[in-house]
Amino acid sequence: MLLLIARRLGLGLLVALTVMTLAFMLTRLSGDLAISIAGPSATQADVEIIRKAYGLDRPLYVQFFSWVGRAMVGDFGQSYFFKDSVSNLIAKRLPITLTLGLVGLSLALIISIPLGILAAVRENTWLDRGVTMFTMVGQAIPSFWLALILMIVLGLNLGILPISGTGTWQHFVMPGIVLAFTAIPALTRLTRSGMIEAMASDYIRTARAKGLSRARIIFKHALRNAAIPVVSIAAVQLGFMLGGSIVIETVFALHGVGYLGWESIAKNDFPVVQAVVLVLAAIYIGLTLLSDILNALLDPRLRTG
Amino acid sequence: MSEPIAIHAPLTSRVGVAGFTVGIVIVGIIAVAAIIGNQLVPHDPFTQDLGNRLKPPFWMEGTQAGHLLGTDQLGRDYLARLVYGARISLLIGIMTVITSGLIGITLGVLGGFFGGRIDDAVLFAITTRLSIPVVLVALAVVGLMGSGLGLVVATLGLLLWDRFAVVARATTMQIRSLDYVNAARCAGASTSHLLIREILPNIASHLAVVATLEMALAILLEAALSFLGLGVPPPLPSWGLMIAEGKDYMFFSAWVIMVPGVALFILVLGINLVGDGLRNLLGSERSR
Repeated sequence: MLLLIARRLGLGLLVALTVMTLAFMLTRLSGDLAISIAGPSATQADVEIIRKAYGLDRPLYVQFFSWVGRAMVGDFGQSYFFKDSVSNLIAKRLPITLTLGLVGLSLALIISIPLGILAAVRENTWLDRGVTMFTMVGQAIPSFWLALILMIVLGLNLGILPISGTGTWQHFVMPGIVLAFTAIPALTRLTRSGMIEAMASDYIRTARAKGLSRARIIFKHALRNAAIPVVSIAAVQLGFMLGGSIVIETVFALHGVGYLGWESIAKNDFPVVQAVVLVLAAIYIGLTLLSDILNALLDPRLRTG
Repeated sequence: MSEPIAIHAPLTSRVGVAGFTVGIVIVGIIAVAAIIGNQLVPHDPFTQDLGNRLKPPFWMEGTQAGHLLGTDQLGRDYLARLVYGARISLLIGIMTVITSGLIGITLGVLGGFFGGRIDDAVLFAITTRLSIPVVLVALAVVGLMGSGLGLVVATLGLLLWDRFAVVARATTMQIRSLDYVNAARCAGASTSHLLIREILPNIASHLAVVATLEMALAILLEAALSFLGLGVPPPLPSWGLMIAEGKDYMFFSAWVIMVPGVALFILVLGINLVGDGLRNLLGSERSR
């Protein structure tokens, strides 16, 4: 078990380092950063001053290692646009994104697990097809478009929810619904296929032969086994949802990390862009590690892996 | 659960085939519209007519004869733009799948076939790719390098190969030591012959399912990027861009976002139905 965790941890660190390299290369894609920071009206002298001030005159590898070295201790440098350190900015915005992610994931689980069970125990009926159809529809709806429709219906026509902003808990309802929709199709399908597999297994036949009630068989025996992949995928899904929340945060003007990333891209604020990519990747790496450990705890067969 | 499955089995397959057919029809119609649509629509998608702004479509009052789906905020014919947008969506979907398919299938087949160190490297690449937030990185690349159709395709292609690699690797592993592969090897076939003539044709059907999924995903992502203003540049009528441009008017004329949004939804649904149908034909529905 410990060996498993150690190996996963090592792999995670290696992945994080690779992502750091890629994030660094990414922000150098635009060519000369000093020129894009200085703006179109800057003179050659201005550009030189900026190049010196931001340390962009140093060789690339020096810039890279100094960035990596300081990022390891949580120092991502100064933002060019906001008069604040990048770490502060992210620390301020992260709780909003995490709240949104947890609201979205909870909603997704509340909807998809019962739907998946229902479809599985009524396999091959119209109800099952209906659930499948629902997941197909959910998969095909563009999230930013769903967001706009909710704004029109819930915000304008019914007037029960605020359309944009960050102030209260109500501001998280619509974005949460939209974010949940990005995970519901996958989670529902997974619950369904897991339950179908479990219901066809020998231990369920035994339980049925013992004369246990149907509800007991479904919830006590089948669900426990079907839940293993769902739990681990849910952790991974949360990672994807946090990474994908940039679109939803932008539509709803919810000032989380994703919105910060979008603002910084628009303003060529590359230390922030680098850091946001890295933080989102690190959260994803952490969540997959967690999911591996959860898996091993839930299923003893995996502990030796 | 105690009923014999045979009673219901025809129902499933019938519905499955129906879904597949519907999907093919949807994608076919949109593809035809994308190719010849702009020859049939009497208006040009780029010609502005500021005297005729935001005219509603045919099912609403105040509609203008000749503009079947109305006009946008610059008086451009909405139907002409919608049809032109189909071309952009399909083009980006297909080009992205070709790019990402080449990368993912190459990596997956090599890793699955050779195993060992090569496979470790492929797995590491997949893990790394999965941890990269796709939308953010795609936005950053387009934001830093300037928007354009080719750049969007290249970016999405470089980001969406993971599922190709995962499926190609898993299926290659399953068949790499089957009799016909071994027989070919004993007959003296070269490694490249084994990979291209024996392995690839036998995993192609699984890869086709992945291709539909990735195409749908690429189309949705392009729309999202264009919606955020960092995808296909105006005045090209990408559906995502049309929704973004209509956003300011949506509270008064909701149809400006409904028309391109529904088009996007139907196209993606159609592609997914085709993919689902293919998967059912393969009979691997239960393995996800």
